[in-house]
Parts: sequence; C-alpha cells; structure tokens
Amino acid sequence: MTSTVHSTTQGPSSGRVNPEDHSDANEEARSAEISQWGLIWRRFSRNRLSVWALRTLVLMYGLAVFAPFLAPYGADRIDTNHSYAEPTQIVFLDGQLAVCALEQSLDPFLLKYRYVDDCSRARPIEFLPKGDPYWLFGLFKLEVHLFGITPGEALKGGAVPVTPVATPTAAPADPLASFRVQQPDSVAPKLDTIKNPPKIYLLGADQQGRDVLSRMLVGSQVSLTVGLVGVFLSLTIGSVMGATSGYVGGTWDNVIQRTIEIIRSVPTLPLWAAIAAALPRTTTIVQRYFLITLVLSLVGWTGLARELRGKVMAYRSLDYIAAARLAGSSDLRIILAHMLPNAASHIIVVATLAVPYSILGETTLSFLGLGMLPPAVSWGVLLKDAQQLDSVLIHPWMLIPALPVVLTVACYFLLGDGLRDAVDPYSS
Amino acid sequence: MATFLIRRFAAMVFAVALISVLSFVLIELPPGSALDSKIAQLRQSGGEISAEQIRALEDRYGLNDPIHVKYTKWISRAVTGDFGQSFTMDQPVSTLIWTRLGFSIGLSLFALVISWGISIPVGVYSATHRYTLPDYVIQVLQFLGVAIPQFLFALVLLIFSATVLGQEVGTLFSREYQNEPMSLAKMVDFAKHIWIPIVVLIAGGTASLTRIMRANLLDVLGQQYVQTARAKGLHERRVIWRHAVRNALHPLVMALGTTLPTLISGEVVISIVLNLPTTGPLYIRALIQKDMYLGVTFLLMLSILLIVGNLLADLLLAWVDPRVRLDES
Repeated sequence: MTSTVHSTTQGPSSGRVNPEDHSDANEEARSAEISQWGLIWRRFSRNRLSVWALRTLVLMYGLAVFAPFLAPYGADRIDTNHSYAEPTQIVFLDGQLAVCALEQSLDPFLLKYRYVDDCSRARPIEFLPKGDPYWLFGLFKLEVHLFGITPGEALKGGAVPVTPVATPTAAPADPLASFRVQQPDSVAPKLDTIKNPPKIYLLGADQQGRDVLSRMLVGSQVSLTVGLVGVFLSLTIGSVMGATSGYVGGTWDNVIQRTIEIIRSVPTLPLWAAIAAALPRTTTIVQRYFLITLVLSLVGWTGLARELRGKVMAYRSLDYIAAARLAGSSDLRIILAHMLPNAASHIIVVATLAVPYSILGETTLSFLGLGMLPPAVSWGVLLKDAQQLDSVLIHPWMLIPALPVVLTVACYFLLGDGLRDAVDPYSS
Repeated sequence: MATFLIRRFAAMVFAVALISVLSFVLIELPPGSALDSKIAQLRQSGGEISAEQIRALEDRYGLNDPIHVKYTKWISRAVTGDFGQSFTMDQPVSTLIWTRLGFSIGLSLFALVISWGISIPVGVYSATHRYTLPDYVIQVLQFLGVAIPQFLFALVLLIFSATVLGQEVGTLFSREYQNEPMSLAKMVDFAKHIWIPIVVLIAGGTASLTRIMRANLLDVLGQQYVQTARAKGLHERRVIWRHAVRNALHPLVMALGTTLPTLISGEVVISIVLNLPTTGPLYIRALIQKDMYLGVTFLLMLSILLIVGNLLADLLLAWVDPRVRLDES
C-alpha cells in the first residue's frame, strides 16, 4: 500500500486551495474497499502519540501477565533484616554483574536502619534461578524467576560500581534534621550489626523488607485489570439501561434518567468511599476485588447510559430502523443487531476514556485504606505505605509505584483521545 | 423563569430527600458501629447512670427499631439542624461539620475561580496557536494534570515544600502561630501552607477546563460567522475574543456539572494527605470507624453542595446564553 502522507498541520483558518486535495480524493476512492473498522484503524494509526500509548499499554499488560516470573521475589517475601533497604547497587565483579551484601545496623537517633555495603560477600546476578514459588496464569506452579540472587560462594575481586553510587547516608539524607534533637556522635552506643546474605532490591525495600519492584509488578495485575473489569461491568449495566431508556422511552426513560441524576448528584469519591466502607472487611482477596469493581461500576455506568441513550434516540427515527421494524424484527433484535453495532465505536471510545478513571478510583480508594486491603497487592496499597511524609522523605523509593499509575492513566487518555478522533469520520 | 425555579427547587428537595435515605441506608448497612462500642463501653462501666444513658441513647437513635424508624428519628431532628452525635469525637455532629464544610467550600470555590481564570486564556492561546510548540507543551501539561492522582501530586508538593523550601508541613499554621490571634504575620504563614492544596486543586481543574476551552474554540473558529467577521476586516483579536470566545464559553459553563464534583472529590483526598481541617479526613475516619451520623451528614452535605452548584450552573448558563430556554428544560 502506497501510503499518502497526510498532513494534519494545516491551520483551521487557511482558506487557500489545499494542495493535497487530490490525495484526499484518492483516499476516498480507496476507502470504499475497506470496512468501517479498517478506516478507523487507519485514521487511528496516523496519530503517533496514541499508537505509542497503545503499544505501552500492551507492554504493561504483558508485564502484568508474567509479573511473578519477572519479579525476583514473591510479593509477600518478608525479610526484616532488610527493612527499608535502599535500592541495591549493582557492581561489576569477576567479569559478571553482581550485588554486594548489606550489613544492617540501627541508627539509635534517627531510628532507622543503616546499611553498609560488604562487597567481600558479593554474589552474581543469575538468570533464570530458582526462587519463591508462584502460580503462573493460576495453572502452573513454578519456581524459576527471570533473575535473582542465590546463596553460595562469594565472588572474589574488586567491585566496580555500575549503577551510580548511593549518596552517603550521613549529611543530606535527613531532611527532618531540623526537627530532631541534636546529639553528639560520641554518645552513640555501638550496636550489633547483622550480616545479611546478598539480596537484590532494584527499587529498594519496604518496611518489612519486601521488594518494591516485585510488589509493583505483582500489584499491576490488580491495578491494571480492576479498571477493565469495572468498565466492563459499567458497560453492561450502562448498555442495558441506556438502550432501554432511549428505545422504550416514557416512564422507563424517566425513571432511569432520574436515577442517573440522583447518583450523579452525590460527589463520586465520597460515594465510592461510603460504599467501599459498607463492604464486609473479612472477604478473600478475590471477593474484595470483584466488590471493588462493582463499587466503581455502580457509579460509572451512568455516563455510558446517557451516551447510549442519546445515540439510540437518534437512531430510532432513522429509516433503516423503520425498515427493520417493517421487516418484522423484534425490538430486542433491532437494539442488538442494528443499534448497538452502530453505536459500538462510540461505546468503545467512552469505555476507553472511563478506564483511567476506574484505575485512579481504585488507587485512591486503596490509598485511603478503603479499596484493596493488605495482603492484597495493588499500586494503591503500595502507595498507602508512602502516606507518612516522614517515611517518604527518608525512603523516597516508596513513591516509585506512583510512576506506573501515572503512565497507565496517561496512556489510556491518549489512546481514548486517538480513538475518539478516529471514529468520527468528519474530524479533520 | 419563576416556574423554572419552583420546579427546579422541588426537584432539588426531592433529590436531597432521596439521597438522605440512600446514604443513611448505605452507612447504616454494615454491622457494628461507633454507637455500639460506645454502649458496650457504658455497659462495662456499669452503674445506675450508665444504664440510664444507654436507655437514652437507645431511645434517641432507635437502636432496637427497624431501619425506617431509625431514619425517621434521625431526619426529623436533622431538618432542625440536629444531626446527632459523633461517638468517636464525643461532640454533636453539627458543631464538627460547619467550619469544616465552610473551609471545603471556600477552597473549592477559590480553586474554581482561579481554574477558570487560567484555563480560558490558556485554552484560547492553545487553540489559536494550534500545532505550535507552546500548544504541545500545554497539551502535555493537560495530560499530566489529569493523569497524576491528586493525592500523589499533593504528596510530591509536600516533599518539595519540606525539603527545598524547608517549611513545616502537615498543618495550616506553623507551631508558633497555632494559637495566636489573627495578624498579618499569621496570614502570611497561612498562605505559606495553603498554597499546596490550592495548587493541586487548580492543576486538576485547569487541566480539564483548558481542554474543553481549546476544543470548543477550535469548533467555533471553523464556523462561517467567524470567517465573515474576518472578511469584514475586523481585527483578529476582536474576532477571537468578541465573536469566537463568547460562543465557546457555554460548554465551559455546562462543564461546571462535572468540574464541581471533581473539585469536591479532590478536596476530600488532598486534605487527607495534607491533614487539613476540612471535611476529608473527618469523613473518611467516620467511615472507617463507623461513626455513622457524622458520615451520613457529611455525605448529605457534600451532595447538597453539588446540587446547589449545578442549579447555579444552569442559571449561569441561561444568563450567558439567551438561547437556553429555562422553562422548557
């Protein structure tokens, strides 16, 4: 296919003759041969930002599927000897990448652990080692991880740092210093240090010494899907309600529209919080997951129903619907076979733009302690650990799980934007 | 106009009544409450007075009655301004909520006004300079403004404020001004603390409003009357501001219906992160501790705020756009 470079950079005010008019005409001629979806896809793929957003999302969902394999440790692997361990420094040793062991000691005044590298007990980073067991796809019980550290003989030789050397913990690392009582160093009692075996914490460890990277990867399974499942539920409720409202009209329309109005006149987040607080707290993780998606969709369906109602009402007076009715189609058939497919592209756009709000909803609820609850792992649950300002200032890596949230939400918005422009045949 | 107002007011009262029922049921639903633990506590301490107190509480809140009786007991006092007792704070709900609600409203309204003030010129600039570097920058900022969870943005600003600016964070006033009478120095101190929630709120609001403004203006600029205005030889600035922008403002007013709940929700979350004395922290705590009368009242009040806001938005729209016929809506 010889692709015509279609410039979209013409200003709206340019009244000059468009030199590319003939190429548009060519495109029109060819477009007769492709389906509507083909056309949409073609328009969509012109928007490079949206295509990249789609690729990023596919990649992230791919990572989520294989999360327990990619994660070096199990999400719940507790190791209090590595409480709040800083991101591990990778060194070059004996011709291979390696990590040094950490010696843990308690700083009696800052009340935080101090870690000192001990490169005499370094271990190489291994690929495909055996580690914490996990279930892949819920089907296969595996022990092999993409990478990790196994116990064994220490590496010999001088360590050459690969990642930037962490700043010494002494001077600038304590931003709260001004709030603390100053103590001379000489008073500090000598404390026992714990000699830890080497472990790899690429993004640091949390308070219980759990690997933030592993938790983030495993947490993506909940965070990335909760929005999708929630929107799927909203879509189902919204389609039924919207189609009924628009097609049947009359009393039903009135009742459904007033219901939507009532739901919409309660601020979203306080309503979500109230419903989430009313849920039983002693459920399994899976039950809680579906309850949370239900909470999100109980509010989310209203927007979709409105959109669809408008569409259905517009279609109702069109000739092809009248033709279908004259041909003896049942109401259900008219809605399912004629109206919904026609509105499908718009439904997809609205749904795509609703997903990021669901993801933000779950993250915020979990952050407030009302969404997913530990031991479940989601990005919001991880960020809840970053709620204490003192803690974040000393352990800034606890905020890292925020990055995938922002990335995912931004990608969904870009994707939805691109789709919206693509489904509208009259857009420039 | 008058019939419209009466009809809208009736609809509002109906909606508020329905929401009060729904939120009451919702918050009464989970088993166990702060009132139960209060009674258990009283029972444990024993004695004549405690037994009397328990009886009074049971009678006042209809503990052994079915839920509709409980609701009636609550709502009949609520309309007179008595919303019941907060059992975790040991204070009447009404003394707890008003200042906090006032603060929330003030914060949201202030953020709303500033958001409008920023997003209209920025949106106009973005639309008139489409596909230029500043337009791309504005669009990227918009995406970030919508994509960053507000609690996160607040947290980041808080860290910035604590480390770079060296400010004491987490309250509205520094320690030395906490119990001082109002003065200029105290106001300055207040401004140093209040900017974080305001910036976070404005960022979210501005992002979506700028987007709407840009899209609307682009639509309007493509219309023929704008071309006519240009053809008449009007100055471009006059074409944009007098002819195009005026007609692009309506959807912005209509968007109040979605901007307001976003602001209210945002305010709730941000105040929890920043520990502000507004509705947010108390509301979420009431929910978690099942302090039901406090929770119900907050939920109801926030809803009323939104409903009134939407009514004002409708009136504003009718004022801005004479084509909107209120009586027929």
